[in-house]
Amino acid sequence: MQFGIFSVGDVTTDPTTGRTPSEHERIKAMVAIARKAEEVGLDVFATGEHHNPPFVPSSPTTMLGYIAAQTDRIILSTSTTLITTNDPVKIAEDFAMLQHLAEGRVDVMMGRGNTGPVYPWFGKDIRQGIPLAIENYALLHELWREEVVDWSGRFRTPLQGFTSTPRPLDDVPPFVWHGSIRSPEIAEQAAYYGDGFFANNIFWPKEHFQKLIDLYRERYAHYGHGTPEQAIVGLGGQVFMRKNSQDAVREFRPYFDNAPVYGHGPSLEEFTEQTPLTVGSPQEVIEKTLTFRETFGDYQRQLFLMDHAGLPLKTVLEQLDLLGEEVVPVLREEFAKGRPAEVPDGPTHAALVADRDRKAAEQAAGTTGGTSDETTDENEKAEVSK
Amino acid sequence: MTAYKLVVVSAGLSKPSSTRLLADRLADSTARQLGTDGRPVDVTVVELRDLAVEIANNFVTGFPGAALREAIEAVTEADGLIAVTPIFTASYSGLFKSFFDVIDHDALTGKPVLIAATGGTPRHSLALEHAVRPLFAYLRAVVLPTSVYAATDDWGGTGDGLTDGLPRRIDRAAGELAALLSGRGPAAAPAVPEQVVPFEQQLAALRG
Repeated sequence: MQFGIFSVGDVTTDPTTGRTPSEHERIKAMVAIARKAEEVGLDVFATGEHHNPPFVPSSPTTMLGYIAAQTDRIILSTSTTLITTNDPVKIAEDFAMLQHLAEGRVDVMMGRGNTGPVYPWFGKDIRQGIPLAIENYALLHELWREEVVDWSGRFRTPLQGFTSTPRPLDDVPPFVWHGSIRSPEIAEQAAYYGDGFFANNIFWPKEHFQKLIDLYRERYAHYGHGTPEQAIVGLGGQVFMRKNSQDAVREFRPYFDNAPVYGHGPSLEEFTEQTPLTVGSPQEVIEKTLTFRETFGDYQRQLFLMDHAGLPLKTVLEQLDLLGEEVVPVLREEFAKGRPAEVPDGPTHAALVADRDRKAAEQAAGTTGGTSDETTDENEKAEVSK
Repeated sequence: MTAYKLVVVSAGLSKPSSTRLLADRLADSTARQLGTDGRPVDVTVVELRDLAVEIANNFVTGFPGAALREAIEAVTEADGLIAVTPIFTASYSGLFKSFFDVIDHDALTGKPVLIAATGGTPRHSLALEHAVRPLFAYLRAVVLPTSVYAATDDWGGTGDGLTDGLPRRIDRAAGELAALLSGRGPAAAPAVPEQVVPFEQQLAALRG
């Protein structure tokens, strides 16, 4: 099981001081947060992709490449990469390049974004959101797996004898997650390819996501990738902690009340009761996160949103200390208990390479050694019958 | 025998409100007129006043709180709906509209809906036809032909040359809802023989 953080990359005024960081400060803060995530032992750092203020991360592979150079262990990912408006050829190249630079510590989460106007900014038609996601990903999938691609589709110019460069590291493409908060089509897409499905469940009640994840698991098995329990599921979470629960509530309340997504709506207490948001002690965060497994089954990746709503960098770094030191070690231990052996771990490049090699070896054994094995079996049977 | 699920949505704000009073009378009359077929009637009242904050929160967060979710489920599962709003600024109240804004667009498809409204002056009665009826038409509900508007005057009046008094209008609208729910169809109007003046009499009148 992998634990990490995901950032929206919003520039938000700190409601307690009235101070708004500059874009430059926010970009550097995201890098500091990613480095801290590695330092405290987290497995994943993921950045969003946005093309409008007040958000800064418009160029995720640039940022992740820079972070890759300053880290050694953490997996760099996205939350999400816009499969609708980015050219799949450029996604194939950018992430393959990043994969080489980061020695394979890269995966990617496809999404459709939540900003309608982004479509025309990149010359696309918003009414075609789902068809774009489907066609573009089909091409990306092929570009990473076929050396020479001949292709034509509805949404971009055809390709003739095209080779995307560089080829994926070790000829194994980055693992792909598909993120969605409401579309069964995307759960189906993830299941079809045997890719991961990430449900960003942080703003809504769990019942909604249970249906989506159940659908994904069932369809994953339907397409022959394994049992429903073996499907690769990722979940979001959102926490604010202090050693003492009341201190956490007191400190976080002004950020909650003014937060861009849910501020000026329900109370902190109502929202924490209805959604995964936890504001309290590390123990409370542990307890709430463990309930996710009861609701959604054993899963592979847990990402927390830690740096939004105008929280200052210093506070976010303190939060990461608590997450890495007090919460995640306990969660690793607890999630491992009773986890069936056949449920896969979170995906890594090394595991994907090993899996590819194992399958190739099995196939080689099956085609070249098959006949002699059968002969041996026959001889053994003959021995026994004597 | 399963009960008829009749759900009443009232957007009255004061307690007690004339909107709720009208809603209750419509529900009572519907239940009474349904009662003739022996199947029980289960009436659920949704007071939007009690859900005002949750409705506003739903706009901000995108999901309903527990009580609002229950109300939405009740409306979605109803066999018939009685929807009553005060008329504010020439239309349904904002709270009334907001409730139907947070319900799925197809939750009312094909559902019999009796619309009714209250107001301070009879001059706003057509707000039901110009505002409330199109709202439910958009939601593809089956809106009954008779809508009931109760102005302050109506609670003490007896109607006029063109309009029945409030109690008869309530019974007529509730009768339409009961008929649609029970599949009886509307009661046929009694045949009234044409009144003719014998021709000789007409001729005689002309010759004077």
